[in-house]
Amino acid sequence: MKVIATYNIKGGVGKTATAVNIACLAASEGYRVLLWDLDPQAAATFLFRVRPKVKGGGKALIAGKRPVDDAIKATDFDNLDLLPADFTYRHLDLHLDSERKSGTRLRNLITPLRRQYDLIVLDCPPSISLLSENVLQAADLLLVPLIPTTLSVRTLDQLTGFIAGFDGRRPQILAFFSMLDRRKRLHTETVEQLPAERKDLAAAWIPALSVIERMSVQRAPVTATAPRSQAARHYRELWAETRKRANLPPPAAVG
Amino acid sequence: MRLNRVAEAAAAEPAAAGNQAESVKRGVLGTTASRELPVVLAGAAIAEKLILHVFLVNCSDKAQEDAPLLTAPQEFVLVSGPDRADTGQGIPEFKDPRFLVLPGGRPRTVRRTWLDTFDWRLFRAGLTLELVAGRSTAELVLTGCDGEQVAAEPAADPPIRWPCRLDQLPAGPLRERLVPVLGVRALLPVARATSALAELRAVNADEKTIAILALDQMRVARPAGAGTCGAPPARLSVRPLRGYQAQAAKLAAALALTTGVDQATESPFEAAVAATGRRPGDYTGKLDVRLTGAMPASLALGTVLGRLFDTALANLPGTMADIDTEFLHDLRVCVRRTRSVLKAAAPVLPGGLLDRYRPEFKWLGDLTTPTRDFDVYILQYPAMRQALRAASESELEPFLHFLQRRRAAAFRQLVTGLRSARFKSLAAGWRADLERLTSVPPSRRYAADAYAATTIARAHRRVLRDGQAITPASPPQALHELRKRCKELRYLIEVFASLRDQAEQARAISELKTLQDCLGEFQDTDVQSAELRVFANAMMADRSAPAETLLAMGEIAGALAVRQAAARQEFARLFAGFCGPHGRAGIEALTKARS
Ligand SMILES: Nc1ncnc2c1ncn2[C@@H]1O[C@H](COP(=O)(O)OP(=O)(O)OP(=O)(O)O)[C@@H](O)[C@H]1O
Ligand SMILES: [Mg+2]
Repeated sequence: MKVIATYNIKGGVGKTATAVNIACLAASEGYRVLLWDLDPQAAATFLFRVRPKVKGGGKALIAGKRPVDDAIKATDFDNLDLLPADFTYRHLDLHLDSERKSGTRLRNLITPLRRQYDLIVLDCPPSISLLSENVLQAADLLLVPLIPTTLSVRTLDQLTGFIAGFDGRRPQILAFFSMLDRRKRLHTETVEQLPAERKDLAAAWIPALSVIERMSVQRAPVTATAPRSQAARHYRELWAETRKRANLPPPAAVG
Repeated sequence: MRLNRVAEAAAAEPAAAGNQAESVKRGVLGTTASRELPVVLAGAAIAEKLILHVFLVNCSDKAQEDAPLLTAPQEFVLVSGPDRADTGQGIPEFKDPRFLVLPGGRPRTVRRTWLDTFDWRLFRAGLTLELVAGRSTAELVLTGCDGEQVAAEPAADPPIRWPCRLDQLPAGPLRERLVPVLGVRALLPVARATSALAELRAVNADEKTIAILALDQMRVARPAGAGTCGAPPARLSVRPLRGYQAQAAKLAAALALTTGVDQATESPFEAAVAATGRRPGDYTGKLDVRLTGAMPASLALGTVLGRLFDTALANLPGTMADIDTEFLHDLRVCVRRTRSVLKAAAPVLPGGLLDRYRPEFKWLGDLTTPTRDFDVYILQYPAMRQALRAASESELEPFLHFLQRRRAAAFRQLVTGLRSARFKSLAAGWRADLERLTSVPPSRRYAADAYAATTIARAHRRVLRDGQAITPASPPQALHELRKRCKELRYLIEVFASLRDQAEQARAISELKTLQDCLGEFQDTDVQSAELRVFANAMMADRSAPAETLLAMGEIAGALAVRQAAARQEFARLFAGFCGPHGRAGIEALTKARS
């Protein structure tokens, strides 16, 4: 089993859009996938039409008072389950902090799910916090959406630096350009100025497209509602690169 | 992908409560009409009626903590046809609809073939094996009692031809699971059908699917020839989704209250078999006749002989088509049982009848022996090959080919015999005479119970007498004869089983069985070592084997000799037990008339 987290300190960069589409594509290929919506805003949960409610809230879940298993919901897609967000997740840092091994709590919570799933996707809220540390400890790969501005590249460098200084497991980083708009000069310039051979930057990128924005109206991933669209094609390329980088064996061989 | 959100994206705009029913209706018809599947249309028509009503059920999707959960699919049948007006009625109507049913995946048609052995070994083991074939895919699926999947295996390429022996199935976990259940038996199609499948989704107010409603309209194929022989009522199964089991339970409860919707009492497999006019488990190699003690003995014997003859004939086509070795085996058992009954029947059945048929059944038995002997060899071949110490496995191979050639020749003779005028007149005459036997007023001399007691007692005495005469110096033939006496006793016990106490019966059989197994081992090893010499000579003469093969066969002869000596020693010990007070009492319990 592999754990992939969509992660960025900044908000509104396409973390959720990426998480839901990646999860959906993996499931359609036959991987057994669980998407955990860790963001109290519950954007991913809403997209799958699931009620943002976890019995006992984040506290019971983190404390292990309620099994993670019981909170899982089937989505409307084969092989794809969801662990919904709950409004109480806004206190997740507090709950984590009251645990003994607070930094690896998330990892310990998902370990028992290894037998049920081939892939766990974590959709993270924007921040640096105890939750972020938990995500870094749990994830094999961080998928980092970057909006192409000079600032965003600095963000990536900061993140790389942060992880390098992080003692514990260090996840791989795969950043990609998100919401790229070819009509914006700043976007094209940033992309061109960046050395192409940066190992932590994916070749695949996600254009800014209104179909992606409209996912919140349709309440379904664009890769499922419009599999032949340009958006879906870009997500498929990103997924292919992600899968390779995360070293995920083909679905038949995972166990 | 399970669901076709694309198709529904257009219909997904939140409809006002009043015209939701309308949009559902359009949805169902829209999906089916485009596929030109008349069967699905009929099924969908029923479902549509249902939907319009189910949709009114007040099932809040907020589940209570302790609400009942639907943890496995629940199956219903739609008992009324699509034209019945009251379908879908009976559900209490509520003002606050919370569930809606939308079309799910695309309707499709699959061809289904259920498989089992001739004697229903899978069914008896609580298993169902089904080949499900779509347009370009095919899968073998093995399920357990509750419909849970035990194993599955793709089976499209190359397509499997039926009947099929285990070694012709694709290797894998499914085959491994079947090995201990099927033994040497081949798989045969027991029913074929086509199913038109459609999926509907029950959704909540957010249009999140909370359960799948799977509709299955089956047409069962005529066992022989073309066309269908029946269409069992359409099935509707409610499949819960993880995290929504409480809602699915409510939906199922609502469906259960609906007119025209019944809980399914049989599986699709049972329904399909029933449509062909059969019943799973309707064949057994066991002699299951019900006799009464007061019945005249001649009538009892007539009944038993009639049943044995039915079973023999049931195994005839499979024997001649050489589907698996068990057909011939069961046929032989019937013939041997018949001969044992005839042998003991002198006081009850007309002398003319016995004089005519005893030689005929001996002929039939002898006709089947050579093929069976080679079958036994070939079945034991893998074990023989494994037991080789000095020789390599490949050196023995020419021996297998020799056995297979001889077996083929013996089998041709067998088929010729079974097609002969002699066999035909035996079969026709026997049937007619048996009928006469059971219709003519029987001789009143014996009631079945008293007759059973005396014949079993006599057969038992013979076993004791012959066995006690055996000394370490007796020739093997003496033990072979004793084996025959034991078989006669065993068959008589089985023939009259329904007249005796189950427990006493079981004890007597187990008493006898250990002795029989030992005598069987002794005779098999004796006969086989003698035959091995004959085979070796024949193989030398026709130069069909190199010296290495003959050496390997020598090893087998050695192993047989060791087994034979062990069996002989074992016999002395077992027979002493059989003659002892405990052993005697076991059989003698059956020799007391009840009335
Ligand atoms: N490639 C894209 N093209 C156009 N719009 C996009 C694209 N990706 C995301 N959006 C839109 O941008 C907004 C933010 O996206 P998203 O929710 O995926 O980001 P996020 O990083 O998860 O945000 P948050 O930090 O709030 O969790 C959403 O309205 C989404 O529909
Ligand atoms: Mg988000």
